[in-house]
Amino acid sequence: MRSQTRTALLFASPWFIGFSLFLAYPVVASLYYSMCDYSVLRPPVWVGMHNFRNLMKDEVFWISLKNTAIYAGMALPLGMATAIALALLLNTKVRGMTIYRTIFFLPSLVPTIPLAVLWLWVFNGEHGILNEVLRRVGLPAPNWLSDTAWSKPALALMALWGAGNAMVIYLAGLQDVPTEMYEAAELDGAGWWARTRNVTLPFLSPVILFNGIMGIIGTLQVFAEPYVMFPGGSPARSTYFYTMYLFDNAFIYHKMGYACAMGWIMFLIILVLTLVALRVSEKHVHYQGG
Amino acid sequence: MARSTDQRRQRHQWLVHLVLLVLSAAFLFPLVWLVSTALKPIEETMRQPPTIIPSSFQWHNFRDAFVYGSDKLGYIPFLVYGRNTLLLCILGVAGVVVSNSLVAYAFARLKWPGRDILFAATLATMMIPFPVLMVPIYGFWRSLGWIGTFKPLWVPAWFGNAFSIFLLRQFFRTIPFELSEAARIDGCSEWGIFRQVVLPLAKPALAVVALFHFMYTWRDFLGPLIYLMDQRTFTLSLGLQFYQSQHGGTQWHLLMAASTIVVAPVIVLFFFTQRQFIQGIAVTGIKG
Repeated sequence: MRSQTRTALLFASPWFIGFSLFLAYPVVASLYYSMCDYSVLRPPVWVGMHNFRNLMKDEVFWISLKNTAIYAGMALPLGMATAIALALLLNTKVRGMTIYRTIFFLPSLVPTIPLAVLWLWVFNGEHGILNEVLRRVGLPAPNWLSDTAWSKPALALMALWGAGNAMVIYLAGLQDVPTEMYEAAELDGAGWWARTRNVTLPFLSPVILFNGIMGIIGTLQVFAEPYVMFPGGSPARSTYFYTMYLFDNAFIYHKMGYACAMGWIMFLIILVLTLVALRVSEKHVHYQGG
Repeated sequence: MARSTDQRRQRHQWLVHLVLLVLSAAFLFPLVWLVSTALKPIEETMRQPPTIIPSSFQWHNFRDAFVYGSDKLGYIPFLVYGRNTLLLCILGVAGVVVSNSLVAYAFARLKWPGRDILFAATLATMMIPFPVLMVPIYGFWRSLGWIGTFKPLWVPAWFGNAFSIFLLRQFFRTIPFELSEAARIDGCSEWGIFRQVVLPLAKPALAVVALFHFMYTWRDFLGPLIYLMDQRTFTLSLGLQFYQSQHGGTQWHLLMAASTIVVAPVIVLFFFTQRQFIQGIAVTGIKG
């Protein structure tokens, strides 16, 4: 048995190094730096809660937080509803399901930077194809990229195009819904919507919760798309998101301690939102056999 | 009675198909537009009304976007970026497969003190957002003098990651333990069991882990942005962003050609590995 322990530790050894170097150490160090004046170029100097107090007074911090919250408020519910709707549609045993699934999934494969570059072209005010289509059907054609009212919806719309990834997760979850439940509901005369509401969605709720939490974590970290499409958070800082300000603090202004403080506040926000989501879901999430 | 339900069902099916067709067109259109623009002559990109099928296919747009030092793009060596990205993908994927299969084996099939606590801690770390860890990790690479090199972008792959460990562990546990027991009785060492019993059966899971890491490295932007300084070391994503920021808003046909070439390998890879892909993604959600 002792020799098995030694063998096991040998097998696990890459992770002992990886866990300590790239997780445990950075977590502890960043907590320490968040209470320091630190620029990477000079050794950190302890300043206590100074960074956090300054953040509370920092107008840009609040702007970036507000932008992120508004964007998340649009992109998250819209994205989840779209992904669930697509999954439900594909789950109707329709012929050619795998082809449709592939088509909806493909856009989510497009890597972030080409995605942003492509949509810059699609959203282009003058020659963009989106506005061309909108004009043709008689809808207003907004300046997606230069109007503060439309910059966040533009990003949310673009994010919708990537809903295929979550759709695949929901589809897999839908396969676990026992067919007897459907048959029973159908015998009781329940229509499609009643079955969806009373059978499918409750069974899917753990997956919805999981995707919701991952969505919160992901949306709070949105960075590369706006970085490419809206340089400096243009127009008028309407797309200056939390992680962009954090990045600028760390690597442009070299206020690394300040950036770490922002990182920890982000972590706290994620923790609180996750706990709230879990608490709210206690009433609504249905775990099979649990 | 039965007939009318059948008819209703059929009508219903048609309606679903109609909705799916419209949605499919909407989802595919941006990709069509990407390739279409990539093949157009520059004047046609601005033409009103826009054309979906280019009047003449300018295949040389791809060459113009990619050949080092083409006069249209200035010195944007996309070919070099492609080589850099591929190199990072190969080094990273190799590291991820080797390290995580070893670690997951220890978690899934061996008993040792502290195993379950470390596994729980490993899962918990998936909640920590990267921006929290970014600064100390950057400082660490800096103290090694590795900023500006490829090393920060592939070396960590050789030391395991929570997601891959989790995925492989779950899979390893589905392999019957009697197989290991039998091999042990035959005098097989733990290393032998790992290599000859478990790994050959775990190929599908290893493929998923490799695939996901390839995709991650191929699309990664923040990492290269933080660590790479010299233009010749850029990856495709960083190079494309750099080019866009320098010449954006004018040469849309070349920008789309360059974007197409960054997107295409991923799509091709997907078509060859569709099953693993879909299953891998499904697994990430179900265990939540």
